Amino acid sequence: MTQKSLRIWRRGSQILFFALFLFLLIQTQYRGSLKSAEQEIRLSYPVQIFLEFDPFVAITNILATGALYRNLFLAIFLIILTLFLGRFFCGWICPLGTLNHFFSWLHSETKIGIRRIHLQRYKKWQVTKYFLLIIALVLAIFGSVWFLALDPISLTVRSFTVAVFPGLEVIVDTFQSFFYSINFYPLQLMGEILSYGFGKFIFGFRPLFFRQSVLIGILFGVILLANFRVTRFWCRALCPLGALLGFLSRWSILGLEKQPSRCTDCNLCLFDCQGGDDPIPGAKWRKAECHLCFNCVASCEEGALKFTWFPGGATTIETVDLKRRKLLRGALAGAVLFPVLRSSVSYEAEVSPWRIRPPGALDEENFLERCIRCGECMKVCPNNALHPALTEAGLEGLWTPVLVPKIGYCEPSCVLCGQVCPTGAIWEISQDEKLGYLSPRVKDKTRQPVRIGTAFVDRGRCLPWAMARECIVCEEWCPISPKAIYLEEAVVLNSEGKPVRVRRPYVDPERCTGCGACEYACPVKDRSAIYVTSVGESRSRKNQFILEKRRRE
Amino acid sequence: MNRRQVLERLSKLVALSGASLGLGAFFKARSRRPEARYVSLTPRRQETPEDPRYPDLAVVKNGAPEELVHRAVAALGGMARFVSRGDVVLIKPNVAWDRIPEQAANTNPDVVAAVCRLCFEAGAKNVIVTDVSCNDARRCFQRSGIAEAATREGATVLLPERRHFVRTDLHGEFIGIWPVLRPVLEVDKIINLPIAKHHSLTSVTLGMKNWYGIIGGERHTLHQRIHESIVDLADFVRPNLTILDAYRILKRGGPTGGSLRYVEERQILVAGTDPVAVDAWAAWTFWSIAPEKLRFLTLGKVRGLGEFDLQRVRIAQFDLAS
Repeated sequence: MTQKSLRIWRRGSQILFFALFLFLLIQTQYRGSLKSAEQEIRLSYPVQIFLEFDPFVAITNILATGALYRNLFLAIFLIILTLFLGRFFCGWICPLGTLNHFFSWLHSETKIGIRRIHLQRYKKWQVTKYFLLIIALVLAIFGSVWFLALDPISLTVRSFTVAVFPGLEVIVDTFQSFFYSINFYPLQLMGEILSYGFGKFIFGFRPLFFRQSVLIGILFGVILLANFRVTRFWCRALCPLGALLGFLSRWSILGLEKQPSRCTDCNLCLFDCQGGDDPIPGAKWRKAECHLCFNCVASCEEGALKFTWFPGGATTIETVDLKRRKLLRGALAGAVLFPVLRSSVSYEAEVSPWRIRPPGALDEENFLERCIRCGECMKVCPNNALHPALTEAGLEGLWTPVLVPKIGYCEPSCVLCGQVCPTGAIWEISQDEKLGYLSPRVKDKTRQPVRIGTAFVDRGRCLPWAMARECIVCEEWCPISPKAIYLEEAVVLNSEGKPVRVRRPYVDPERCTGCGACEYACPVKDRSAIYVTSVGESRSRKNQFILEKRRRE
Repeated sequence: MNRRQVLERLSKLVALSGASLGLGAFFKARSRRPEARYVSLTPRRQETPEDPRYPDLAVVKNGAPEELVHRAVAALGGMARFVSRGDVVLIKPNVAWDRIPEQAANTNPDVVAAVCRLCFEAGAKNVIVTDVSCNDARRCFQRSGIAEAATREGATVLLPERRHFVRTDLHGEFIGIWPVLRPVLEVDKIINLPIAKHHSLTSVTLGMKNWYGIIGGERHTLHQRIHESIVDLADFVRPNLTILDAYRILKRGGPTGGSLRYVEERQILVAGTDPVAVDAWAAWTFWSIAPEKLRFLTLGKVRGLGEFDLQRVRIAQFDLAS
């Protein structure tokens, strides 16, 4: 096998891993089974495994919590491989890297001729990513993994979940309803096939829509479009995982060997270089920038470039271009950023009523040590209940999951969000742990369920309370048993002065788990007459208001 | 520019202006205030005609779910009375909640399976089992065991999606245009397969209330006139047969239940061609509610849906234990 064919292998690997990434992301949903009646519903694939192989996630998990959660140990294998081989992950595996690679390859007016060759040389601004990495690591030591929103896997999962898939769904739906509206059977059939096919194999049972899809989608679009200006701009300049792998490649034994005597200065090696690592003879090879894409080797017609184990000879190698003083500056920035984020009032002094965390979520401090904003939980939630926070959890809680009961409530028997969370921000719990005494299988009837908030009746909007009309839908839907919503019969006057018998709902805060089924079902559509706020969530010691049982849980 | 060119240019402009005017007039004439489209249908009037040879109600006690079904349907003249060869049959169990069979919030899966089998034995071409669940349909159908039971018998399980609904004028007193599950409008025969449960607004939820599960849309507003809307729906969908599952009943805490303390195992099944009589019998037997106190029953009688006075209903009782 010649080294030129390695480029083909690299392409194959990129396609394969990207397909695997998409497949697992698509499988991050509960599809339901017509053939089995299992009582505890679980996903059958390790759908979050890309995140669990991610060293940036693993190292920040260690720094923030002093331990490695569940399958994050897998990342150690990637670290070891990188120690020996360098940043092969960026060139061969990373799904965002592959997307950036693809967009860089598309024709661009700015990247032509001599300009392109200049652009492809190593640039000083490529150290930005190391700054970001150091800030992220220092921040993690203090207990915030805010910067993990920039992890390429986390970013890609989140963007696809929140923006790309819902956008695709709108497109398919538009076509489908257009076909359907035409009274011509073959077209209608096509619409049917379209919606069946996409629904069956890609989207799942019902369309999911997310808050902030536009913001997250635009940011993703900017990252992809930047490739038209600078090849793999994100990977070269910003990616903190790339920076981490760059650091790790310091002692790697696979390297580029240059033979300047053969070089004719044709610059072809620069032309398709992905990392901006100066493969051209006569310059220092920037090892920490190289993605091992093998484009330079494949394009060199003189055979002046080749990858070898323990490269020596005429090659000069430069590792991470970061002086100690700059390093300290980055660390300082992280140290300053932490209090900036944490001192915002929303963390403790003013808890947002809408900061409703999914069941199994750790208390806010531990949660923020772990949540990497990947959006896996939002993707898997069958009720579309979880959404990226904007202000609900303060600046530090940006894009962390919050439950929005009006859009979807928390299904009492469902624990899928905990199954897919790679870092344990939503701890993996079993159905019986979540349900406590509400589960028919739990014998100990003092075991309390996981509570995520408490429901409150808005008497000014409630039909029986304010408008002399029957309703009781919230009580009907309440899945708690005995019901957390109870009714009081009352005779009230209607507008004609006639007595009307109605049943008015009350909430028993000792029973309510805050699942939000009542808020979801309330017929007062725009702002439900019963709504859940975070108070009483069992993960928090402070966000409590009822004396009795709940304080002892 | 010579004269010829000027004339050419001007004639082009005149033609374009004319075309603009024409198109503008065409589109102006098309302008209508948008109105939602819907289909208007005459209500289903396919209920099974009364037959003096068979009782109005068959009540079977003390047996396994499938035995109860077999005996009850046999007493009413066998499934062949209701389903003809080549029919497409819709079976509408109650699969509203994400609950397991022991919690008795959904129809017993063994009852569903037995009815599916009888339909196929009677020569049905296809049997569709569906319901517009309250909780996520995937979870409801899976955990209730109904998807598995129906699939095992060869029936088609339909989990409703947006495209399965047709905006339909139901011609009711309160229920006008609503999204209705398409198969309800298209199938040959309909079998109602409810479970007997408590409900805090109507006291009980039985057969007639089960038709809430064929419509989509904002059906939580129906509770404001619940008795009227139950009767409107029951008037629209007159089933060929109603089989009420009371193998386990949800005595309190309905319609969702949850706690096993609310469940009573009664091992009873009631089948009949008169939907009002089925509900009246169950309300009286299980909750001791006099049928004339339940407004949806009295309204139902007025509409000609059936008879709630149990003295006037011909009931055949069977006890499989004796």
